Amino acid sequence: MTDSKYFTTTKKGEIFELKAELNSDKKEKKKEAVKKVIASMTVGKDVSALFPDVVNCMQTDNLELKKLVYLYLMNYAKSQPDMAIMAVNTFVKDCEDPNPLIRALAVRTMGCIRVDKITEYLCEPLRKCLKDEDPYVRKTAAVCVAKLHDINAQLVEDQGFLDTLKDLISDSNPMVVANAVAALSEIAESHPSSNLLDLNPQSINKLLTALNECTEWGQIFILDCLANYMPKDDREAQSICERVTPRLSHANSAVVLSAVKVLMKFMEMLSKDLDYYGTLLKKLAPPLVTLLSAEPELQYVALRNINLIVQKRPEILKHEMKVFFVKYNDPIYVKLEKLDIMIRLASQANIAQVLAELKEYATEVDVDFVRKAVRAIGRCAIKVEQSAERCVSTLLDLIQTKVNYVVQEAIVVIKDIFRKYPNKYESVIATLCENLDSLDEPEARAAMIWIVGEYAERIDNADELLESFLEGFHDESTQVQLQLLTAIVKLFLKKPTETQELVQQVLSLATQDSDNPDLRDRGYIYWRLLSTDPVAAKEVVLAEKPLISEETDLIEPTLLDELICYIGTLASVYHKPPSAFVEGSRGVVHKSLPPRTGSSESAESPEAAPSAGQAAEQPAVIPAQGDLLGDLLNLDLGPPVSGPPLAASSVQMGAVDLLGGGLDSLMGGGGGFAAPGPAVPASMGAPLGSGLGDLFDLTGGVGTLSGSYVAPKSVWLPAMKAKGLEISGTFSRQVGSISMDLVLTNKALQVMSDFAIQFNRNSFGLAPAAPLQVHAPLAPNQSVEISLPLNTVGSVMKMDPLNNLQVAVKNNIDVFYFSTLYPLHILFVEDGKMERQMFLATWKDIPNENEAQFQIKDCSLSADAVSSKLQGSNIFTIAKRNVEGQDMLYQSLKLTNGIWVLAELRIQPSNPTFTLSLKCRAPEVSQHVYQAYDTILKN
Amino acid sequence: MLMRCGPGCHCPSPSPSNLIPKRVTSKESCQATDGKHRQSQKMIHSLFLINCSGDIFLEKHWKSVVSQSVCDYFFEAQEKAIDVENVPPVISTPHHYLISIYRDKIFFVSVIQTEVPPLFVIEFLHRVADTFQDYFGECSETAIKDNVVIVYELLEEMLDNGFPLATESNILKELIKPPTILRSVVNSITGSSNVGDTLPTGQLSNIPWRRAGVKYTNNEAYFDVIEEIDAIIDKSGSTVFAEIQGVIDSCIKLSGMPDLSLSFMNPRLLDDVSFHPCIRFKRWESERVLSFIPPDGNFRLISYRVSSQNLVAIPVYVKHMISFKENSSSGRFDVTIGPKQNMGKTVEGVVMTVHMPKAVLNMNLTATQGSYTFDPVTKVLTWDVGKITPQKLPNLKGIVNLQSGAPKPEENPSLNIQFKIQQLAISGLKVNRLDMYGEKYKPFKGVKYITKAGKFQVRT
Repeated sequence: MTDSKYFTTTKKGEIFELKAELNSDKKEKKKEAVKKVIASMTVGKDVSALFPDVVNCMQTDNLELKKLVYLYLMNYAKSQPDMAIMAVNTFVKDCEDPNPLIRALAVRTMGCIRVDKITEYLCEPLRKCLKDEDPYVRKTAAVCVAKLHDINAQLVEDQGFLDTLKDLISDSNPMVVANAVAALSEIAESHPSSNLLDLNPQSINKLLTALNECTEWGQIFILDCLANYMPKDDREAQSICERVTPRLSHANSAVVLSAVKVLMKFMEMLSKDLDYYGTLLKKLAPPLVTLLSAEPELQYVALRNINLIVQKRPEILKHEMKVFFVKYNDPIYVKLEKLDIMIRLASQANIAQVLAELKEYATEVDVDFVRKAVRAIGRCAIKVEQSAERCVSTLLDLIQTKVNYVVQEAIVVIKDIFRKYPNKYESVIATLCENLDSLDEPEARAAMIWIVGEYAERIDNADELLESFLEGFHDESTQVQLQLLTAIVKLFLKKPTETQELVQQVLSLATQDSDNPDLRDRGYIYWRLLSTDPVAAKEVVLAEKPLISEETDLIEPTLLDELICYIGTLASVYHKPPSAFVEGSRGVVHKSLPPRTGSSESAESPEAAPSAGQAAEQPAVIPAQGDLLGDLLNLDLGPPVSGPPLAASSVQMGAVDLLGGGLDSLMGGGGGFAAPGPAVPASMGAPLGSGLGDLFDLTGGVGTLSGSYVAPKSVWLPAMKAKGLEISGTFSRQVGSISMDLVLTNKALQVMSDFAIQFNRNSFGLAPAAPLQVHAPLAPNQSVEISLPLNTVGSVMKMDPLNNLQVAVKNNIDVFYFSTLYPLHILFVEDGKMERQMFLATWKDIPNENEAQFQIKDCSLSADAVSSKLQGSNIFTIAKRNVEGQDMLYQSLKLTNGIWVLAELRIQPSNPTFTLSLKCRAPEVSQHVYQAYDTILKN
Repeated sequence: MLMRCGPGCHCPSPSPSNLIPKRVTSKESCQATDGKHRQSQKMIHSLFLINCSGDIFLEKHWKSVVSQSVCDYFFEAQEKAIDVENVPPVISTPHHYLISIYRDKIFFVSVIQTEVPPLFVIEFLHRVADTFQDYFGECSETAIKDNVVIVYELLEEMLDNGFPLATESNILKELIKPPTILRSVVNSITGSSNVGDTLPTGQLSNIPWRRAGVKYTNNEAYFDVIEEIDAIIDKSGSTVFAEIQGVIDSCIKLSGMPDLSLSFMNPRLLDDVSFHPCIRFKRWESERVLSFIPPDGNFRLISYRVSSQNLVAIPVYVKHMISFKENSSSGRFDVTIGPKQNMGKTVEGVVMTVHMPKAVLNMNLTATQGSYTFDPVTKVLTWDVGKITPQKLPNLKGIVNLQSGAPKPEENPSLNIQFKIQQLAISGLKVNRLDMYGEKYKPFKGVKYITKAGKFQVRT
């Protein structure tokens, strides 16, 4: 006697027969018939034709039958709105039933019927049910408000249901609270602007109490809601954390992850010196690890989130490397994620273990996984310098296996290793060249070509090798073509005599026979460079390349911070903010981590997010996307690179084209270059060498400051963007007070008045110390100069870049926004001179990885002049030493928020390049301090 | 021209690549802003149950009906994944997300429309599967089809508007009675139904997991301490990774409202624990005692992990010699399993499974103990060893036949070992005593220990 009998059909036609049964007089037969209808529904059959007959069965005392009819109604009411009205009376009656189960069932079902006509009738019963004496009914009614809101938002607001719902947050029953929170969150989601969930310390307290008592699902709603709260200070944050931590031991992994989100977010506000901070860090590790023993689907989601967490706070899981080791029967999606996290956790301490594992994985069956494992070995080499040698030899072992895809992956990563450790492992090139023929993937071919081009002088038959690639030039992918072009040009510059023919061939292939504009452009650039000034070409093409960054796939810090706020959601699985993909997410509010509070802490470590810290520790390898010169030199070897500030930009690339000398007049004796044809613009005749020089000078001249270290005013807000109001300005610091010097110009036709100014939260809490005083209204074409005093007691939020300031200016016409960068030296305070002893101790105390080194170029001042010039800007020289003819200046400065920066400036006589080493507990400021040095010294 | 990524580019991309969410088309977003017909709802929109051959055999919609065609995206992913286990749990389609689990040869595919916590959905789906298992004794296509009406009633009871409603088995069983042969006979005679018509008492009390008025003639409380060893052993026999996943499963049949406390000899072992909601966390924090009013029947009291930081005793060792000769289309296979520190207990129920490389055609082996099978289609070798006696170690030895002409397999197969040790919790965890308050009768109490292999792998 099973339900499968309901699926059997007769010859007469199912619907016909069911209709007869539904209208039978026998109760039992009716029920059986409805069951048959439901069974058809479960497999997606359309039984909507039976609507009137099923609805007729609704009035019954039999609860099971009633439930079944309700089930049917929910499915089909929408397709039969007129008929659905027939059901309304029964619903309304059922909402008055003495049995709470039936009252709840009725209000629940009614809410699921998405027919406008019905919703009008729903309001009264719903209002009663929201105040029902039975909590079961109340909690069902709370959800019903959300349903109704989804169908007709206006109705819900007009009827005042939202307020009733808010009252339910204070209900005595935790389940009702949880459902009210869930319903409110859902409604709030579709109305981001409405302040539905008005969270204040009182309501938070209620939620925290309900958290302990409600069901697991309710706990998730409450935790997700808590995560949106912004505690007013670190003490409140800590007390919330304390009450949330027990949830980490919950058996439901979704509860655990929601709790992790709350903790990760509020932790941001806690001082790192606090004992509690350390305790919390320790408490976070076990639950995260436990998630990995759950079902694979749960593991996958957990791993995607852990990936974010280790980037934000690597210290949490740094000892748990082993739990990420891959088991051979893990599903592939788990394997790949584990591998990713292993690399992130790899450090000198555990690199041996990690490498042994990776080597093991590289012999597995699954191709995708093996590839990623090989790649991971390369990433280890780049990340942990001490292991580079072992990684390279492991990779060589793998190449010996001759497994095609392994070899190709290995070559791709070895190329990256070369870029990180130049002139160290070139001995392996011979082995690589042996595998040239087996490379069939563009990425591997391009990598190999790069290697051949880069080390052309050490490979005897480099020309033959490259020539062999050239044969099928047009069949190659663009990546390979571009690489081949560059490699041959490099080869030519290194061995000009033997390879003229080759370079000519490739240039003509690239410029004349290709439809690809990238390739053509690059071909022309080389052509002209070579023909104009081979020496310059050599300088450009063979310039020393910046080292590649160790962690190239870190999520950008601001995005990471946002994603941390979305732990446990789809956004955390995709590593994208919800605004990037969620349907109908109009105006999704970007979430951000709370700022750290308390003055002293923020001074110690302003948001010293480890990932951001890491990036700043070694400024030479900050992944910066914009460094286009790097790209020009290394065409398409794209890991984001940066390096010595060789800031050539794409604009200058264009300039090269303009400056290009006529080709035919060039390369004199080298000869043999054909003119590339009509596509070449006529020669501009400017000597390229000086042209290039000009280009680089240009960059030096940007953003210069005047002698008093006050930059000339620049336009911050152009009139076009602000309905005629133009604002230009600069920052200055005089005798301990910072001011923002503004010129407001009215370029509109009407008089402007009622000026006011406000700053957004910023890294150092800059804020106007007085209101913006514009005494008389500003007539058209008039301008006024104002000096706005600033203080640094505003609220703090880390900006990117650090010295970014967002300003809002209001006048009688509108509100305008702009952002500007302030020079860091306005924040250098007058009492920034450190005691000698103190200096020594602090210098030793700050870990070496916080040290950053910079070059200050083209500065011909003497040590003493430097010293006095810097003193004017509150950079104090504490000691001066002369070591082997070099002058060493030891200097200190202090920022308004109490951060000390220690500096060592090395000046060699007759060398215009100074070396500046900066040490600071908050290494992210170093870059900006260096810029301040640079501007001060150059003016 | 300078923007393109080239070789060595490490642009971050979520993997696997088919997970990249697609942007909403303009048509859809227009629809979404139209207030009246907007269908944004939290959580689970629809559920499809799909069997291994790709038939959708049940669908349930909590709001409007979503066409079955949405599952095509799932089938696409399934095809790509080749192996059923490798289907990614989160798939995006132009208008929906599909979050799925694979349990007992059934895919539970849920359709999601807005941002939701995927773990929430996955946990819920597992709970649905658990409930089916609980109600029908097995979670299979046949069981679900045979009880389709109950399934539908259950699903309706478990989720309302995407919010989980009642997921505790104790409560569900009061609302919807599980099918029994007796009941269906009685029902068909008397016309009574299997739907409870009163509100479950536990639903809203402070102990939602327990129903009131429980009565037993024999009052019993049993605890099973079950520990599984997850380990990776490398070629040379040293432990790469090992940890213990433990659970205490309870079967409590006690009348009234008993209040239990369970204490351990060595509670310090438990530093990473997940609790059933019935456990009072504060007592645990302060006294390391599990104090709780239990649900009625079977439930998991705690699960715990003894981490890799602690030393984990590995109860068996494996000696192996698996080699393939170059160009000879054959290889040798020789595996011996022996017991290690097992505290005087016997290792039993030993089974070894090996996924042999694709090139293996057949295996010609002799087992000194137990029996072996080799499936030439799936290339899985299974050796059912049974009990290990230290005097005579079981050994499996012989010749591996390879496809002629195929290259020598690169990968080394991992040996997957299962075993059981009765009356031993390998972590050393021991229950001290169980006390009952609140009720007068004397219950019968029992604790059982068992250690098993979890994911226990030996690399060769």
